[in-house]
Amino acid sequence: MGKQVDARGLSCPQPVILARKAISEGNFPIEVTVDTVTSRENVRRMAENSGCRVGVEAAGDEFKLIITQ
Amino acid sequence: MRNRITLFFASRPGIILAGAVIGIIAVLLQKAGNPPNMGVCVACFERDIAGALGLHRAAAVQYIRPEIIGFMLGSLVAALLFREFKARGGSAPIVRFTLGILAMIGALAFLGCPWRALLRLAGGDLNAIVGLAGLSAGIFIGVLFLKNGYTLGRSSKTYASVGWIMPLIMVLLFLLLVFRPKFGEVGALFFSEKGPGSMHAPVVLSLLGGLLIGFLAQRTRFCTMGSLRDIMLMKDFHLASGVAALLISAAIVNFTLGAVRFGFSPQPIAHSAHVWNFLGMALAGLSFTLAGGCPGRQLFLAGEGDGDAAIFALGMIVGAGISHNLNLAGKPDGIIEGVATTGGLSAEGMVAVVAGLAVCIAIGFSMREKW
Repeated sequence: MGKQVDARGLSCPQPVILARKAISEGNFPIEVTVDTVTSRENVRRMAENSGCRVGVEAAGDEFKLIITQ
Repeated sequence: MRNRITLFFASRPGIILAGAVIGIIAVLLQKAGNPPNMGVCVACFERDIAGALGLHRAAAVQYIRPEIIGFMLGSLVAALLFREFKARGGSAPIVRFTLGILAMIGALAFLGCPWRALLRLAGGDLNAIVGLAGLSAGIFIGVLFLKNGYTLGRSSKTYASVGWIMPLIMVLLFLLLVFRPKFGEVGALFFSEKGPGSMHAPVVLSLLGGLLIGFLAQRTRFCTMGSLRDIMLMKDFHLASGVAALLISAAIVNFTLGAVRFGFSPQPIAHSAHVWNFLGMALAGLSFTLAGGCPGRQLFLAGEGDGDAAIFALGMIVGAGISHNLNLAGKPDGIIEGVATTGGLSAEGMVAVVAGLAVCIAIGFSMREKW
């Protein structure tokens, strides 16, 4: 189960919009893949502000954020 | 250590500190010679660079501004130090170029980018409130598009050399500034002898100020457009706290220096044609939102290897040429021999601003993905 969001290469603030949409739909855990540190910080801040927990895994120059409730 | 610094700059105190430092540097650069309420203005300074290169021939606004060079190179240094330099590009470059042109046409109708709008307000220029209201309106329209799936598509990772092109252009500009070669009898470079282009802080101070701002802004992702967009989109005040810090610190330094004068007209390098201040900044705000960053942010992104942001910045420089050559830019109010004269926008300028808004709206509607 869960949902995967591929936000690689998207301009600000689209990764945040996609991740927020996934959070509002539920279906945790949500795995968001981003490829800039800025997107990683932005998605993490948004998810934490929405009361979620966020784990980050670095993979090469990409990041996977695992968002759980 | 590196991680700790990164965490600090990503925090609320980090961005407030960066904003405050930017505000102080900006006013000090005014004190050191930059034009009034124009300590740093990305649009104005790119316009001056366009003028120095002869892309327009408005004699009063021609100078290679080291602040712009510093912005990008400061960001480059920060990105390299923190291993964030990443060459990327290929997300609708022609659209970004067009948005850059339109953003500049809008900003020059108002006579300043969002950065200068804040500095104008900090100096008591109440027209800036009208401009900032227009900016908010433009961003609001952009946010509606974003909520409805607007996207320029993905960028992709590319050769490192792609990311170096724009920073190297900045190095070249700096060499042109220092050595001032003359290209032919009547050719560029051009440096204003009077008017705003002739007013500048010493090169070293401008460059250092720009480098420091570029470094801080890259670390904190400082963005004037983003501050309002994030509030509208998700009630996130993170970026806004940095922008507020800029405004407050610039106002405090101005008060300390006795450089605040409240009113609408005459204000330095400003006009009080309210409708066009509003619509000009609305066009700029919408263009920035559709392109994903304010003009400063686009320079910082270009410094960390984003070729799409570089294209937007080049679009703004070309847009400055178009704006002045076609008589689209706003004219400041002034006092000529004791008589107050009213500036504002030419008929061509008004048409361009309205047409620009129409083009942006067409872009917003036609480039959507179903999410």
